[in-house]
Formats: sequence, structure tokens, C-alpha cells
Amino acid sequence: MSKPMTIAEKILAAHAGLESVEPGQLVQVDVDLALGNDITAPIAIRTFRETGVTKVFHREKIALVSDHFVPNKDIKSAEQAKQLRDFAKEQGILHHYDGGETGVEHVLLPEKGLVLPGDVVIGADSHTCTYGALGAFATGVGSTDLAATMITGKTWFKVPETIKFVYKGKLKPWVCGKDLILYTIGDIGVDGALYMAMEFTGPVIDALPMADRFTMSNMAIEAGGKVGLINPDETTMAYVKEKATREFTPFKSDEDAQYAKVIEYDCSELEPQVAFPHLPENARPVSEAGNVPLDQVVIGSCTNGRYEDLEIAADILKGRKVAKGLRLIVLPTTPKVYGDALENGLIKIFLEAGGVVGPPTCGPCLGGHMGILAKGERALATTNRNFVGRMGHPESEVYLASPAVAAASAILGRIASPEEL
Amino acid sequence: MKIKGRAWKFGENIDTDVIIPARYLNTSDPEELAKHCMEDADPEFAKKIRPGDIIVAGKNFGCGSSREHAPIALKAAGIGAVIAPSFARIFYRNAFNMGLPIFESTEAAEAINEGDEVEIDGDTGLIVNKTTGKKFNAQPIPGFMQELIKQGGLIPYVLDQEKEKCNAERSA
Repeated sequence: MSKPMTIAEKILAAHAGLESVEPGQLVQVDVDLALGNDITAPIAIRTFRETGVTKVFHREKIALVSDHFVPNKDIKSAEQAKQLRDFAKEQGILHHYDGGETGVEHVLLPEKGLVLPGDVVIGADSHTCTYGALGAFATGVGSTDLAATMITGKTWFKVPETIKFVYKGKLKPWVCGKDLILYTIGDIGVDGALYMAMEFTGPVIDALPMADRFTMSNMAIEAGGKVGLINPDETTMAYVKEKATREFTPFKSDEDAQYAKVIEYDCSELEPQVAFPHLPENARPVSEAGNVPLDQVVIGSCTNGRYEDLEIAADILKGRKVAKGLRLIVLPTTPKVYGDALENGLIKIFLEAGGVVGPPTCGPCLGGHMGILAKGERALATTNRNFVGRMGHPESEVYLASPAVAAASAILGRIASPEEL
Repeated sequence: MKIKGRAWKFGENIDTDVIIPARYLNTSDPEELAKHCMEDADPEFAKKIRPGDIIVAGKNFGCGSSREHAPIALKAAGIGAVIAPSFARIFYRNAFNMGLPIFESTEAAEAINEGDEVEIDGDTGLIVNKTTGKKFNAQPIPGFMQELIKQGGLIPYVLDQEKEKCNAERSA
């Protein structure tokens, strides 16, 4: 019998054509999907052209998504998005998303069934780790790594050690995946899983809907993690069943797999969390936030801009008004999320509450456009990073929280729990 | 390979938004990016540095996004190397792919002061603080990474193995 392995080790071994792998081992693996966006793909395309290679390795295994600065925010951004369009056309790349078809990449690609359990995915975007929620070994790389994979269909990895997180107990009302991951990052720090795989397990994860799982895996990078994996189960299979565009092989960790560390949390008393400026590790319970007045609330991003996130926010905002002087910006992440929100009356609720509903874009999350902060302004966002200057002026502030806390805070004009309404 | 320059000190968890803010990512032109390098930490940084100068920072340097614009901006601004106790993994990988030398040493990162003259021997990982005379040994660069550097980076390495095969197969 082969040696017990973690899900990370099993996926890497299978893609390297090996019986087994061990942490520290360098492996070359086949890549199932390679992703670039309108910021990172232009460099990859330039590098690809410099090599003299004329064709990408596989026209169906590359995804190019214009999502960061779209709809094009200025002439330079327009040129970058055009480079993706031209390259996709020239190479016959099937999965190129732009215009009314595009959405935030890490919500769009799973929705399209392009990322599946057991896959190896590399993306020139650090939040590529989102797909770990489906049980895929998915991680962010730079543009040069993307260019190399576009040529060869392969990449190299050092097999990471894994930290196993076990979430126990029963979640209180309003506590969700975002709170679990903010709490975890607060506990281990922004380099707590540096160079390592994170594996999220336990009864709380078993009961967690897919949207919340995506949120947790999405922020593995905020703890320095290489991947944030969840073992595929019935919830995963129900999600991919209708969407899968090809065959796939799910993997699960063996019971007796070796872990660098096992960390257990009792989540029964956990409160909604808020990460204070300027690091995601500055998490504290919302009840200990104090009086923090806000100028803006953003609901969206690859972290918390899914339909389920909008639904929670809409439930809270229904029949209520955004605080005078506060700007609420809601960005549904894909055309489908937008369409479903429209059909089910969510968009109307946001508008009636006094919010602005924008197009699918990463936009303000990275200080790109559509919601930039002035000097001294403060925002609470359902996004993933609160670094200095992340959403605008270097002297502005970003607080990270769940869609429920975001909606309650928009109504009260300060950081607030839904319990206070 | 010898790197020689003045030290510029930064704290822990220097993220890629500080190294190159996203508001400038509507271009990938190295010269343009270099102008805004470390701007949100020190607006005058790009003007003050001289070619070969060395950034000495706290742990987890380069955390955050996967933007290769970060090592590109540092390199184009003239930074010769970065010394830190640890690097975020995507930045670590990108730095090697871009040919920006980086060295892991907690002792050097702590003991070197702003403005000290520092010399690094890239082959051995020996870091010498010329101002104080102190010497430090950085973590040796992993064998595989050394191979990449020897070949001139990731792309020459990949090309060497794949170019002829690729073009032959795909034009067939």
C-alpha cells in the first residue's frame, strides 16, 4: 500500500506522474488550467513573444480574464485589455473573458466549470488559491511563470508541508466563512503559513456552503499560504456536477497523513470579525471595534462578491437606508451573479437603500477605480487586503469584514454588528 | 557576482502594494514603474537611491499580490538586492525569475543600519557590513534556483528544453 498523503501531496504526485511525493521535494507537474488577467497577462504575453515560440501549449487550458481595470478605466488599461483580446484571437484561446462576458476571475472560472476537484491550477494572481475550496491545488505565480506554462503546459513546485486546521463547534448567527478565515489569520499571522499548504477541516467546514468555503480558501494567501485546501465532499460535488466541462479525479487526505502542525479551534463562541488597518492579521471581534465612523462600504470582490454574499447583505438592507453621507458600493462579481441578483430583487433593495450598484470588476479592492478613497477616508470592505493605500490615498484606511457586518455598518454609518439593528 | 551599495531599511510585512501601488499597474514599463517604487512608504525613495543600493527589511517581504511589477520596479529603480529574514513565496519565486537577487538572513536584517555600506557575494551568500565590519551568512540559494540563475532565468531554462519540440509539434 502506498504511503499516506495529504490532499496537496496526492494532487502533486498525480500530476508529476509519481506514486508519492514528500514535503521539500521539487516536482514538475502538468497544469490543468493557467490563468492571467489584464494586469499580469500583458507581461506574460510579452515574455511569450520574446521567446520566439509561436503557439501556446493548449488553447483550452489557458484562461485570460480582463477584470481588474474593466470597464477600461483609462487609455493605458484599455491597451492592456486589448493585448489579451488580440492574443486570445491570435492563439484561438477559448476562455477569454471581456466586456459583458467578464467577471471577477476567481468567481467566474468555477462558475463556468473550468476549475475542478483534483486539478493543478496556476494563475498570475495571488488569489488563485480560491480554487482550493474545490479541492484543487491552485496557487498564484508571477507573469514569467505563467509565460513558461503557456509554452510548456507544466510548472515546478516544491511540495509544501501542510498545516491542518480543525474547526469545531456550532457557529452563532451571522458568523460565516469570512469570520473563520479572519480569525485564523489573526491567530497565526500574515506569515503564519508561509511556504505551506493550509487544509481546512472539521465539522464546521463540513457544514459550510460552497460560497463560504471559497472565501476561506481565497484568503489563504493572506497568511502566506501556498494553497488553502478543502477536501471535496457532497457539497463540492453538488456544486461541480452541473458545471463540469470535463472529466476530473478528486483527491482527499488520508486519515494518517503527516502534518507539520494541527491547529484546532472551538468556533461556538466566535463573533463576526473585523480586520483593522493595515494588515489582515489585525482581526478582532466586532463587539470590540469601538466607534469607527465610515465614509464608504464596499460589498464585492473574489472574496465576498458571490450571490450568497449579496443575498445576506440584501436581507439586512431591505427596507432600511444607508447612513447619510456614507457611500455604499455593491459590485456583483459575474454577469450571472448580477442577473440572479436582478431577477430576485436584490439590486432594487440596494438601490432603494441608497447604494450604488456597479459592474463586475475588481475595481476598488486594489485601489483601481470605482470607489477610490480620499486622504483620511475610511472604508469597510468585504475584500481581502487592508494594506496601506490599498483602496486609494496612502492615508486612507480599509477594514475587512463579512457581507453581514458590511451591510449593518452601511446602515449605522460606523463599524457595527447586524445584532445592533 | 558582487553586489555593493548603501542599505535602506524597511519594517516587517512590506507588501507589494507598498513596493508598487496598484494605481500604477496600468503599465508594465519598467522605467515607469521604477519612478513609483516604494512610494507609499517613502515618496522620495526612487530619487534617493543609487544603482546597487540594497533594501534591508523585516520578515515576510513582498507579501500580498503576485504582481511581477514589484521585483521589476525594484530592479529598474536600481536596487541591487534585498535582504530579509523571510520572503513571501510568490515574491521569492518572481524575484528569481526576474533576476533580482534576494537573501534570507535574520541576523543581517537586524544588524545592518540605514546608510551602512554593504557588500554581498552572490555566489557564497556572504554579506559584509563594510561600515561595521560585521559578516553574515545568508541562507544558501536552493540548488534548483541556482540552476535557474545559471541558465539566465526561468525562460531560457524552459526554452532550452522545449523550444524546438514545441514549434515542431505545433506547426505540424
